[in-house]
Amino acid sequence: MALDNKKLAMASIQLQSLAHRYPSAPDYALNSMQQNWSDGGAYALLGPSGCGKTTLLNIISGLLRPSEGRVLFDNVDVTNLTTEQRNIAQVFQFPVVYDTMTVADNLAFPLRNRGIAKNEIEKRVADALQMLDLQDRANDRARLLSADDKQKISLGRGLVRTDVQAILFDEPLTVIDPHLKWQLRTELKKIHQRFQHTMIYVTHDQTEALTFADQVIVMYEGAVVQVGTPQQLFETPEHTFVGKFIGSPGMNVLPCEVDESYAIFAGKRILLDRTIEKTTARFELGIRPEHIKLSPSVGMPLTVTALEDVGRHVIVRGEIAGTQLSILVNDGVAIPENPCVSFDSAHINLYADDYRVGSGRGD
Amino acid sequence: MSIQKIQNNKAWFLVMPVLILVGISAIIPLMTVVNYSVQDTFGNNEFYWVGTEWFQEILVSERFHNALLRTLLFSGLILAIEIPLGILIALAMPKRGWSVSVCLVLMALPLLIPWNVVGTIWQVFGRVDIGLLGHGLASLGIDYNYTQNILDAWLTLILMDVWHWTSLVVLLCYSGLVSIPEVYYQAARIDGASRWAVFRFIQLPKIKRVLLIAVLLRFMDSFMIYTEPFVVTGGGPGNATTFLSIDLVQMALGQFDLGPAAAMSLIYFLIILLVCWVFYTVMTSYDDDEKSNGGGPQ
Repeated sequence: MALDNKKLAMASIQLQSLAHRYPSAPDYALNSMQQNWSDGGAYALLGPSGCGKTTLLNIISGLLRPSEGRVLFDNVDVTNLTTEQRNIAQVFQFPVVYDTMTVADNLAFPLRNRGIAKNEIEKRVADALQMLDLQDRANDRARLLSADDKQKISLGRGLVRTDVQAILFDEPLTVIDPHLKWQLRTELKKIHQRFQHTMIYVTHDQTEALTFADQVIVMYEGAVVQVGTPQQLFETPEHTFVGKFIGSPGMNVLPCEVDESYAIFAGKRILLDRTIEKTTARFELGIRPEHIKLSPSVGMPLTVTALEDVGRHVIVRGEIAGTQLSILVNDGVAIPENPCVSFDSAHINLYADDYRVGSGRGD
Repeated sequence: MSIQKIQNNKAWFLVMPVLILVGISAIIPLMTVVNYSVQDTFGNNEFYWVGTEWFQEILVSERFHNALLRTLLFSGLILAIEIPLGILIALAMPKRGWSVSVCLVLMALPLLIPWNVVGTIWQVFGRVDIGLLGHGLASLGIDYNYTQNILDAWLTLILMDVWHWTSLVVLLCYSGLVSIPEVYYQAARIDGASRWAVFRFIQLPKIKRVLLIAVLLRFMDSFMIYTEPFVVTGGGPGNATTFLSIDLVQMALGQFDLGPAAAMSLIYFLIILLVCWVFYTVMTSYDDDEKSNGGGPQ
C-alpha cells in the first residue's frame, strides 16, 4: 500500500517506542524513544559520530527496519513500508549522481521511474534547474560537476517530485568547501520556506544544526537527550552532554554536593533557586563560560592555565581545586592578575546523574 | 639569480638496465622472427633475401583466411557468452557472510587447473566410449561425437572454455560490484529505480573499467588459444577447429616453413594488437572527454 499522492504532500512524523539493535550487536544502537515531529518543520538531529543519528534517519527513510516500535507518517503506520512506498527524499553525506547521465537526466530520473508524462517531466526539471541555479549545466554530464553542484543534484531529485512528504539530509555539507557551505545552507532555508517540506537534517556540527532548524534534537549514545529550540539548548541543557556539546566553549560541568538550597563546590556554598532533596545521585552544577564573572577579590581564587584569544572574546582556562573551568571574557575587559570567580546564580543548572534537576526527568 | 646547471646526458645510463632486459626478453627474439620473415632457406643454414614475399603469400592464402575466420568466430562466441554470463553470476553472488568465501573459492578453482589438464579432462569427458558427457549423451539417444562432427567439436571447445574462463570475468566483475558504495543503491531506492535501471545506470557504469580488462584478457587469451583444442580435437575434424595458433605450429614445426610461419606470426601479433586497440579505444572513448573534478565516492 503506497501513501496517497497529494498536491503538496508533507507529513508529520511520529516515532512510537522506536528502538533498534543491529543483528549480532549486543547493545542497542537506538534506545527506545517517543518523538512527534510536526508537518513542515525543520528539524536537526545533532550529535557526535556514532550516536545513532544516521541509524534513526535510515529508519525514517525505510532503508532500515527498526527492531522495535513504529514509525508513523501523518498517523499512518509506515514501519513495514519500503523506501519506495514512503515518498521521502534523501540527500546523503557524499553526493550521489548517476555518472553517465546529464544533469537534466539525473533530475528526470525519479520522475521517469514513476511513469510521469514527458511534458510534465520537462516542466518540473526546468523548474528545478532554475531553482538550483543549474540551468547552464543542464546538458553536462553530472560527473563533471563540482561536489556542491552534485549535492544540489541530489537535492534536486527530491525537489522535482510532488509526492515528497519529507526531505532527509544526512550530513549533506561534509564534502562541501567551507565558503560554499553558507551559500548552500541559505539555499536550503529558502527551499524550505518555499515548499514547507518536513525537513530532517542530520549533522554533528552545532552551527549547521542551530542555523538550519527550528527544533534541534540532540542525541547521545543512542538516546534523544533533548529536543528544543537553539535557545533552549543553550540556556537550559537537559543533560550535561548537551551543555558540553552546544556552545563554544561548552558549559562548565563541576562536581558538587547539595545541602538543601545550597550547592557546595570546592568548599564554597552557592545559593540555588530551590531546595534540593539529598539523594545518592551524583550531583554536578552546570554554568556557561559566559555567566562566570572574574574579579580581583570577590569569589573563589582561580589558577589560570591558558588564555585563548578568539576574536571578540578571550577564553580564560583555569582550575579550581583540580576542576577545569573555562570563562568567556569580552575583548578589552581587563583580566585581573590573580582573579577570583563568581557564578551568576540565575544561570546555574543543577544536574543529578547527568540529567537536569527540575526537568521532570532526572529527579 | 639563476642556478648554474651542468648539462650532460649521463642520466641515460640509469635507463640502461631496463633497455637491456627488454632487449633480451622482447626485442631480440622478435627480431629473429622478423629476420626469418624476410628470408628463405634451402638448408645448410644459407639464407636468401625475399623481401615481403612471405607476407604477400600469407595475406592472400585461403588457408590463413580460413584459420583467421575460425579464430575470430571462436573469440567472438567466447566473448558473447562469457562476458554476459560472468556479469550475471557476479550479480547473483552474495555480498557478505560466510558464503562469499565459498563462492570465491569455487569460482577460482577452474582457473587453477593447467591448460593441458583442462584439455585432457574434456577430451576424456567428451569421449563416447568412456566419457561421462559423451556416453551420457549417447545413452540419451543424442548423436554426439566431437571427433567426427564439426558442430559437436565446436560446442565441446566452447563449453570447455566457458567452464574454464568465465570465472575470471566473474571475479573481475565481482570486485567492481563490491566496491560500489551502498549509498548509490539507497539513492536508487529513493528514486524508485527498477532493478534494470540500477544495473544500467549504477552497476554497469561502475564496473565498466574492470569489464574492459575482462574483455581484453578474454579476447587475447581466446584468440591465442592453443593447448586445449590441440589436446581435445587436434584441430579436427578436418581443419574445423584449426585456429591460427594451431595452424602456425603446423606450418613452423610440422612443415618447417620458417619464412611463412615467421611472417604469419607477425601478422597474428599485429591483429591482436589492432583488435585490442580498437576495444580499448571504443570502451574508453566516453572517459576521454571528461575529467572528474567532484567529490564523492568513486
